[in-house]
Amino acid sequence: MFTMSSPVIKVENISKQYIIAHENPERYTALRDVIAKKAKKIFSFDQSMRPAQKKKSTEIFWALKDVSFELLEGDRVGIIGRNGAGKSTLLKILSRITEQTYGRITIHGRVASLLEVGTGFHPELTGRENIFLNGAILGMSRNEIRKKFDEIVDFAEIEKFLDTPVKRYSSGMYVRLAFAVAAHLEPEILVVDEVLAVGDAKFQKKCLNKMEDAGKKEGKTVLFVSHNMAAVKSLCNKAIVLHKGQKLFEGDVFESLAKYMAFDQSEFSHSASFARAIDPAKKIYIKEASLVDDLTKDFFCIELHLKIISSEQNKVGINLKLKDGMGFPVAFGCSHYFFPELHSINKGENLLQITTTRLPLATGRYKLSIEMVFPGIEQLDFLEDCIEFELSHDAAAKRNYGIAQEWGNGAMEIIFERLENN
Amino acid sequence: MYRELFYILSWRDVKVRYKQTIIGAAWSIIRPLLTTIIFTLIFNKVAKLQSPGAAPYVLMVFVGMLPWQFFSNSLSEASGSLINNTNLITKVYFPRMIIPASSVITGLVDLAISFIILIGMFVIFRFLPPLNIFFLPFFILIAFVAAFGIGLYLTAVNVKYRDFRYIIPFIVQFGLYITPVGFNSDIIPQKWKLLFYINPMAGVIDGFRWSLLGQNVYLPGLLISTAVSFLFLWLGVYYFRHTEKSFADNI
Repeated sequence: MFTMSSPVIKVENISKQYIIAHENPERYTALRDVIAKKAKKIFSFDQSMRPAQKKKSTEIFWALKDVSFELLEGDRVGIIGRNGAGKSTLLKILSRITEQTYGRITIHGRVASLLEVGTGFHPELTGRENIFLNGAILGMSRNEIRKKFDEIVDFAEIEKFLDTPVKRYSSGMYVRLAFAVAAHLEPEILVVDEVLAVGDAKFQKKCLNKMEDAGKKEGKTVLFVSHNMAAVKSLCNKAIVLHKGQKLFEGDVFESLAKYMAFDQSEFSHSASFARAIDPAKKIYIKEASLVDDLTKDFFCIELHLKIISSEQNKVGINLKLKDGMGFPVAFGCSHYFFPELHSINKGENLLQITTTRLPLATGRYKLSIEMVFPGIEQLDFLEDCIEFELSHDAAAKRNYGIAQEWGNGAMEIIFERLENN
Repeated sequence: MYRELFYILSWRDVKVRYKQTIIGAAWSIIRPLLTTIIFTLIFNKVAKLQSPGAAPYVLMVFVGMLPWQFFSNSLSEASGSLINNTNLITKVYFPRMIIPASSVITGLVDLAISFIILIGMFVIFRFLPPLNIFFLPFFILIAFVAAFGIGLYLTAVNVKYRDFRYIIPFIVQFGLYITPVGFNSDIIPQKWKLLFYINPMAGVIDGFRWSLLGQNVYLPGLLISTAVSFLFLWLGVYYFRHTEKSFADNI
């Protein structure tokens, strides 16, 4: 038994380096290319002919740089930071999936990492079989799973479908089952990455409660990465703020969140965009969508550029739907409510620009879905959650603080101001 | 703890393999049977090769086909195994070697099924295997060692060079020609024999025929094959352990 003061996790100056090769945009190296390159080297006598090749176009990227901290037994620590701050890399290193480039980590106790729900679920296997498979993957022994089996099935609410292959499950059932297995893990240290961003609200609540129990009542050490500040706040007692791979702050959860908010001043973290391959099967579809970050405005509104490809003349309406970080729909709007006529689409490529009026949104993460319809008749294209962005601080509100998403949920209508061809 | 994971992943591989296709188990029987018939026609009827000893030619080919099928299936399954389990590798830690190992186990299950056919053939041809049969597990072990060793190496290379998988079917096919499946090792001229047995499966197949059919075995050849199998195992394990740490980053 450890005393409360002995660290269960000790992280000393860890750094993780990735080498990004720019010459090779593909995700993997092909042996063919390596051989071709070697051959070129042998046959090109005049090395000076290829100055570009001599200069290595690789870039070193530090996903984590010199991060140190200690966790005591029973600590429930939230790791917060923007996308690319190194949160996931840190969790991966702590759960031994990848290795740090420098530094040392000492861990006392069994670590269970939950970087995804339903890891290893196989669609062909039944619910029952997947419980055993997934449990084993997460590090439970067969006896442990057997003992908890009924509890898991109960928690997931899938008794009736226990012997149905999970490929026939609805996505809700699938996620519930997956989370139920994970929720019944009993490690000493639990490492969780944003798995709560799934499932319906009722089930999310159930999961949060379960994790809260693990931390508060059972005294387990929990490491929790999430964009859901409300979840972090209710679950954790400490937090670590990461920024660009470095530790910015560590301490009490409220203090950390305040520091993070203050640091995260800029209006919008990035302009987000979405693009997909040409789809010859569809007569009309949205090929590209991008959210424009207009820094000249001191308020937030949706400014969207769409590229629509159509094989014929058409008339369409555009619907926009906004979900918050928890996945709750918070705002919705249809273009045909605001303009007397549907928007004409020409054959070929169409560039559309959509601007809304100011959206007085709370700060936090949002997901935008775009739907192209012939209203009431046909859904022509639907891009669900295609654009994600983070909003912090609405300057037009003339306050020095932002109303945070997690304070509560509201719904509103998105008002269209302009819709025309570019 | 990881032993249970190994069991359950092997069980998954086997289960999925037989669940997915309607002909599932039938497939692992039909393929070697058809190949056996064709090989017998070509080597026995057309090329007029004979089976040494009392066993009919078909039986000899089929006995050679068993370990070869096991070897080639395991190799193709194992070489793609890491890539096919990307989701596991990037999300959970466990000794990575479990994955290729469990796909070789799937091959063992196929082998077991083929043995049932073999028993049927023994009955049809009224052939009683000699007492040598008790040594069979040893040759199965060698086949396992060879398949696992080479499979480990290939799957690790496959993570790094993703187009490597296109070479694997070629290796397997090429292997079939230099392995005594359709013919007996007796016909290999003496001066080529040592080279011939560098192929680990040559020794294994001879061993199978010796223990099941009582045919001759060329002892130096068997030793070479065994040694090469273990060499491959060592190489495979070494290379795998060496590259294991970066799998999650590269895959």
